[in-house]
Amino acid sequence: MSISLLLEMAVSSDPDRLAVVSGDLRLTSGQLSELADGGASVIAASGAEHVVYVGTGGVYLPLLMFSSARAGVAFTPLNYRLSAEGVMSLIGRLPNPLLIVDSRYRDMVAGTARQVIDAQEFLAAARTVEPAVGFPDPEGVAVVLFTSGTTARPKAVELSHNNLTSYITGTVEFDSAEAGDVALICVPPYHIAGVGAALSNLYAGRKMVYLPSFDAHEWVRLIGEEGITTATVVPTMLDRIVTVLERDKVELPTLRNLAYGGSKVGLPLVRKALELLPDVGFVNAYGLTETSSTIAVLTPDDHRNALGVADAAVAKRLGSVGRPVPGIEVQIRDDDGNVVGPGEAGELYVRGEQVSGRYTGVGSVLDAQGWFATKDIATLDAEGYLFITGRSDDTIIRGGENIAPAELEDVLIEHPDVHEVAVVGVEDPQWGQSIVAVVVPVAGITPDREELREHVRKSLRGSRTPDQVVFRDQLPTNGTGKILRRELAEGLRPATAER
Amino acid sequence: MIKNGTRLTSQVCDTQVIVVKTADSLDDLRCGGAPRVAIGADRSGADVDPAFAGDSVMGKRYVDEGGAEVLVTKAGAGTLSVGARH
Repeated sequence: MSISLLLEMAVSSDPDRLAVVSGDLRLTSGQLSELADGGASVIAASGAEHVVYVGTGGVYLPLLMFSSARAGVAFTPLNYRLSAEGVMSLIGRLPNPLLIVDSRYRDMVAGTARQVIDAQEFLAAARTVEPAVGFPDPEGVAVVLFTSGTTARPKAVELSHNNLTSYITGTVEFDSAEAGDVALICVPPYHIAGVGAALSNLYAGRKMVYLPSFDAHEWVRLIGEEGITTATVVPTMLDRIVTVLERDKVELPTLRNLAYGGSKVGLPLVRKALELLPDVGFVNAYGLTETSSTIAVLTPDDHRNALGVADAAVAKRLGSVGRPVPGIEVQIRDDDGNVVGPGEAGELYVRGEQVSGRYTGVGSVLDAQGWFATKDIATLDAEGYLFITGRSDDTIIRGGENIAPAELEDVLIEHPDVHEVAVVGVEDPQWGQSIVAVVVPVAGITPDREELREHVRKSLRGSRTPDQVVFRDQLPTNGTGKILRRELAEGLRPATAER
Repeated sequence: MIKNGTRLTSQVCDTQVIVVKTADSLDDLRCGGAPRVAIGADRSGADVDPAFAGDSVMGKRYVDEGGAEVLVTKAGAGTLSVGARH
């Protein structure tokens, strides 16, 4: 099934439903579909084999994704926050691409020999050309996304039409949104969550309002102005929103659901958000680019049940990513590849129609039975709730002992002086790696290093006590709030050498 | 056996479906009482059999007891059935 068919279904159900609001532009599903036909025609005329978009998104994400699908070529939204050099090197890995660029990023691609169209000109052309109606191959690649490359060279993940539509039809009920439902979308277009949001809201029949450049005040204002009922944020956004809600004492009466994900959220922040928004249903969504977005969900009921409950196993679930979505199977395997039982840590493997596991230039990395190795260390509890403790690449090996940074982070974040924390391993002549806790203190407080070490020592084994505690004003993150651990560890090397 | 992802249309109403999970039973998938055909194929254009005029619902996934599954991508007046069974 092609993603284009999702749009056809939305049009067939109600062509006059307002589907996308992006700045001054308001499009019904019928208008979006007509523009996508026009866009397909512009793409086909260019002779390109791939469409690349560099920009902040908004209407351009759904428009270019569907235009590309109908032109039968793959689409790649790129991270506009990268350097010009970074963008050009990624473009160089894609076959004969047509570049569609927001005017403010035009300089980034100035040196290219490729065809470049200004995004607004593309939109204007799509309105006027003779539309083309193509039928993409459902097995073909719909979207290619580059991984963020926080630990290695970015990989080009190929998501087929079937991967994406399996995810949508498996997790979203068609036209299930109520008449007044409105989603506020502020996740970036180059992130799988941006792709997922455009497809799932369209399929659910929910109006989408785009906020391309996130700002917490603007986010709060739009909730009121557009009557937003649903929103999705990454952890850094949630942190800023909570700060505004606390300070300005604003209420969000229309908001019913708030989903967060993209990277781990500290529990004190989740609790505070639940407290500030008692009528909002919180959803923690976990997924990877390679799995076409969400593969596990902690539901609103899971959140509320875990809050203030005496049963420790249930309370702990506030820190879990919930249970697998329909159509996804999960396994935890130990270092020898054996499947382990509840409570035992190992690498998370997943399987299902929405799982791609294909990279350009590499091919499929699924094993013979179709399982994908996520490189995430995880455990399942007895009820099937999934807990992610971090990337296997981030594991610290100190004196031969494997230490998951999340273990220490989960303890440190609960200290009242700690606002944010990342624990990393840095090279150490004696231990191989030593443990460094990088702490962003609560504003106006200078915590006592020894007290923080003692705080960890009380909860965890002695070998898990940070060797060093350093303070920072902020942690380096990418656009979706993922902590850049490698960068952080590299910056710490000289400090360790001095010791 | 029909392949997953195959798109089919009713001969007697507007209904279109896509095969999500195939099984042998879908070889005799009908809509509005008449056998379905591939999109683009000739359609009889006859009337919907009154015994099978209960509508197909847009976006609904229909499953038979054998596990076959189709998704309605365009709604119509005819009821989906395998053979003459509802």
